[in-house]
Amino acid sequence: MHRSLVSISDLTDEEVTELIDLSKVFREVNSREIPKVPALRGKTVATLFFENSTRTRLSFELAATRLSADVLTFTLGSSSVSKGESLRDTAETIESLGADLIIMRHSSSGAVGLVGSWLDIPLVNAGDGAHEHPTQALLDAFTLMDQFETGPRLDGINVAIVGDVLHSRVARSNVQLMSRLGAKITLVGPPVLLPLDLSLWPVKVSHSLDEVLAGSDVLYLLRIQSERFSESLVPSLSEFAKSFSLNMERLAKAKKETVVMHPGPMIRGVEITGEVADSPQSLVRKQVENGVSVRMAVLYWLLGAGQERLEPIW
Amino acid sequence: MAPKIGSNSDRSYSATAEVMTSSDINRVISRIAHEVIEQNRGCTELVVVGLQTGGVWIAEALCNLLAEIATFPCAVGSLDISLYRDDHALRPLIKSSSTDVPVSVHGKTVILVDDVLFTGRTVRAALEAILNFGRPKAIQLAVMVDRGHRELPIRPDYVGKNLPTSRSEVVEVSEQGVKILKEVGNAS
Repeated sequence: MHRSLVSISDLTDEEVTELIDLSKVFREVNSREIPKVPALRGKTVATLFFENSTRTRLSFELAATRLSADVLTFTLGSSSVSKGESLRDTAETIESLGADLIIMRHSSSGAVGLVGSWLDIPLVNAGDGAHEHPTQALLDAFTLMDQFETGPRLDGINVAIVGDVLHSRVARSNVQLMSRLGAKITLVGPPVLLPLDLSLWPVKVSHSLDEVLAGSDVLYLLRIQSERFSESLVPSLSEFAKSFSLNMERLAKAKKETVVMHPGPMIRGVEITGEVADSPQSLVRKQVENGVSVRMAVLYWLLGAGQERLEPIW
Repeated sequence: MAPKIGSNSDRSYSATAEVMTSSDINRVISRIAHEVIEQNRGCTELVVVGLQTGGVWIAEALCNLLAEIATFPCAVGSLDISLYRDDHALRPLIKSSSTDVPVSVHGKTVILVDDVLFTGRTVRAALEAILNFGRPKAIQLAVMVDRGHRELPIRPDYVGKNLPTSRSEVVEVSEQGVKILKEVGNAS
């Protein structure tokens, strides 16, 4: 029986803690002079990205190579998809080639779960449409536990998620995970960039960034995903920036201990100014760094462990 | 001593013989400390690394003693080799980080310490692991009990006690002493 990681809801609270603990193990590995372990030697991991990515793909590939797995890379542009091959045939081909696990990104919500139902190997969701991006949420939680020294929880941490929540899979995974871990979440943005019905979300809503600055421990900024909407939802990016861009002037109104996070890619000058992104309060680089350890934990958890040993080993 | 990794909850054991007492253990650590000094004349710095979990307390005790009687400084660390084992497909999930090598091992003499030397597979994995922290001048191996049954060409530099055993027995080492446990029920 194989496990996959498509949604944060696939994980029990105990499993979240397990993955956070494992992430610490791999952060120690990453601090070594030779940051590589043979734990997944002989395993093959394929990245199947139907949508562009810089850090997520590189982060997963680095995680896999640091565990000594072999990595197959699928790129949309040079693949047979351009000849008309279907999603199912593409995924099944990669499975038949002998991949032990597929890391997949797709622009359609639910695509990763659908592919998972066709395959007999574990699948990791690296982002599907506006649905979920579970490893991002895990690495964000890991980064915050470290920052606020809250142990395996985020109790009492006030998180403002700011910007284009409507199109954000990062927000959907993060709201689930952070709220389960005890954080209090406020979604901040113009009504057109927030989901219509938030009645089932464990969040508060604000339409003013200025109002939430003083009460937030974490300002989590999201990029305006202009590629995901055809009609214009905001009059212009500069109009959006006027009310929702985090600049130094706004950051000064937050507490000194307040931290700034962003899943990337950042559009400097829109949702975040360059000065804020590079300020000491920014955890953006830390997020990327922790991402490798967290993804090593996820790959190891899905591929490397779980069975009881047959013989005593001492 | 519980198994280092994994559980053997489906097996049960009964104690048969106490082969070392706690004062034997203390004497052995003291003897090994003197042997370490003898064999490492001219040594400038030593790193004593205990293998998780059973080797860690022995490494600490050995390093504490060396700090008193040796002329060179001694640092202590611990190493979890779960990610290096050659039987990892059978390994249950490791729970938390227990590797801590606080100093560089470059150019230094490293002493790996474990409680029981058996097949040698743990030591093989430890050799691979420690080399990822740098290039030591030399690596030596100290064990409290050598119970035989080697499957790899590995030999210890310092031995507390050579203890012939059968494969189905379990050797339990703690600060209180060394015991041999026999498997109850489906013993071979």
